[in-house]
Amino acid sequence: MTRFWTRLIVVLTIVLGINYVAWRWAESLNWDAWWIAVPLVAAETYSLIDVVLFGMTVWRLKLREGAPPAPPGATVDVFITTYNEPLDLVMTTALAAKHIRHPHSTWILDDGARPELRRLAAQHGLGYVTRSEDWKDMPRHAKAGNLNNALMVTEGEFLLILDADQIPEPEILERTLGYFNSRDVALVQTPQYFSNVPTDDPLGSQAPLFYGPIQQGKDGWNAAFFCGSNAVLRREALMQLGLVGYVKETEKSIRRALAASQSAIRKARKSADSASPLVAQMLDEVEAATREARQQLDGGESLSEITYRVRRRVDQAVQALVQADVSALQADLEEIAAMELAHVGESGVPVVADDAVKRMSARDWSPLGAIESVQAVLDALSVERTGEAQPVMPLATISVTEDMATAMRMHGMGWRSVYHHEVLAYGLAPEDLATMLTQRLRWAQGTIQVMLRENPLVQRGLKWGQRLMYFATMWTYLSGFAAVIYFAAPIVYLLLGVLPVTSLSTDFFIRFIPFMVVNQLLFAVAGRGIPTWRGQQYSLALFPTWIKACTTAARNVWFGRPLGFAVTPKDRQTGGPSWSLIRPQIVVSVLLVVSAVVGLARLAAGLSEPIGTLVNVAWVVYDITVMSILVRAVLYKGFEPDTVPAEGLIDERKTSGT
Amino acid sequence: MELSYEVKDSYAEIRAAGRLNMVSAPKLREFVAGVVASGSSRIVVNLGETPFMDSSGLGALIGCLKVARQAGGDLRIAVVQPQVQMVLELTSMDRVLTAYASADEAFGDD
Repeated sequence: MTRFWTRLIVVLTIVLGINYVAWRWAESLNWDAWWIAVPLVAAETYSLIDVVLFGMTVWRLKLREGAPPAPPGATVDVFITTYNEPLDLVMTTALAAKHIRHPHSTWILDDGARPELRRLAAQHGLGYVTRSEDWKDMPRHAKAGNLNNALMVTEGEFLLILDADQIPEPEILERTLGYFNSRDVALVQTPQYFSNVPTDDPLGSQAPLFYGPIQQGKDGWNAAFFCGSNAVLRREALMQLGLVGYVKETEKSIRRALAASQSAIRKARKSADSASPLVAQMLDEVEAATREARQQLDGGESLSEITYRVRRRVDQAVQALVQADVSALQADLEEIAAMELAHVGESGVPVVADDAVKRMSARDWSPLGAIESVQAVLDALSVERTGEAQPVMPLATISVTEDMATAMRMHGMGWRSVYHHEVLAYGLAPEDLATMLTQRLRWAQGTIQVMLRENPLVQRGLKWGQRLMYFATMWTYLSGFAAVIYFAAPIVYLLLGVLPVTSLSTDFFIRFIPFMVVNQLLFAVAGRGIPTWRGQQYSLALFPTWIKACTTAARNVWFGRPLGFAVTPKDRQTGGPSWSLIRPQIVVSVLLVVSAVVGLARLAAGLSEPIGTLVNVAWVVYDITVMSILVRAVLYKGFEPDTVPAEGLIDERKTSGT
Repeated sequence: MELSYEVKDSYAEIRAAGRLNMVSAPKLREFVAGVVASGSSRIVVNLGETPFMDSSGLGALIGCLKVARQAGGDLRIAVVQPQVQMVLELTSMDRVLTAYASADEAFGDD
């Protein structure tokens, strides 16, 4: 029944939304004030697309009955990822993980390589993994690298991944493993729930809308996301992902190297060094070998064969060259000996052994090293992926949030995912605004990175529903730009009397109000009583964070600049209230209040009309109410254990099967 | 490769700075031949700034030795770096070209 009502409201929202926004574009734009009118209608269009994508998500809301019994023989590794979290926090999670009921091995993946943690792990009979030697001087890829490293030294069929603060329930595996009875399920994600958050959740830590209707809706489209923790993954799927990625990367780099070889050889020929006939001869050989390789690559031959053949051919040429050097040298020695025997010693002319010829032909001593550009190209013609610690990287490393990219690639290869709506692990949310902002910034940056590097809309292998589900989440992170316009529009009207619409007449209200009402109704019905207000507040109030995420991620992807990335600290940062963190929001709020006062004064002076002023003052009141949460966030002193934690999700797990 | 030479009391010291490889080997041959032709047949090649030598480089040294001997002199090497020393030992050329600790010592005995 709920599904029927949800779908009805979705249809109404889309119809009324298009009705309103189409009218806004076609009939209502105040072109005299295009500089605010066009941005505003663009922002409204953005919001309409956002709500349409949300409607589409909840259209297929999937309420699962629970998993069948776990396959008894399934082997599981439980990974607890840590970098710098306090040891007692890591150990609390690790010991809880040890007591998970289904047979498993527990591993602490310590990227901080702390001897004390190694000792504690050994003392409690837990596995302990740090990066292998291969990672020395290689890109570390943060948490994805940590997990990829551990995948190479463990062997369980399934992996439960837990952040250091996520304390699992003993039944977490029993409740989730059964989904893997379907051979094509690669991922089961459970909610992330935080036990150190008071009922009013001042920092908006719980994400009941996401770990609820949104993930359930994505699940309906077979697009439930991997969220980095509290999820079980199938090793086979991850390894397949790593292998496919490896082959793709290798072919790309071989093509690049072969293309580069031509220009490298041309350049080497032009330089004065090639005057020597030996050099010219080597260049001819290398050119012939790479030309042949290009033909074979286009002919679809295997990469390892091709690179092996190029190398062998070049090696043979090098060896012939060394042999020629040695023969010439030997001839010189004979001549010297003929002139003056005593100087070359009693045993006659020394003979250069074959072993020595081989050694002199090897990569590091090869005469080809003299033509550096050509040698570099040949080095790149390898299937060993020399720029990475390990050739196979199962977890995606294109983003600081490895989870979303990994899930998207899995879906692209035809694997299925499951969202299991039951809290099975209890984590710790940030307890201060600074840490919370860092965390949100990181999530947003990671999401934008994935959007720019592997845009879901053009990923082959994904169904259109899946593409839109990934795109929907990325789209929400663009809200910062729309927010700025939503703040600017009432300020512009109240201060200057410039209205972005031609008139605030009945035409406007009969289109706008039904859309707004049905829009709010959609969230209420789809959310089934979940508190969504906090989420709405933060999606608007954190506009500086969202904008910063977009600009830094774009700079990173397009120009290779660093993100300024920081690991989210799990323990509370100390110090007094830090108002400076929300300076842009304070400035905007002051502007809003001032413009409301000025607007009312203008109305009293007869400079503006009542309806416009009323609508815009109401708008200001809404904006201020939204941003007022930040005052509580700045003043929040951390979680007091005696207050009652938020109940929403816990209650829901009891009713999740209904 | 940077090549320079200095005529001392009883020999000429040639400094070869850089990698002695396929590209620079012909230059060394030419340079030494020039020094020998100008009248100095007792040559010390100072390899103190030569970190690397390949088979072509080794061939060039032996070729230069031949030129010096043909002119009635000799060619000796000094201040040999580890990789060059390894190449000399591997090819048994250390029996032909003795490495001296300094250029002065190379012709110290005669």
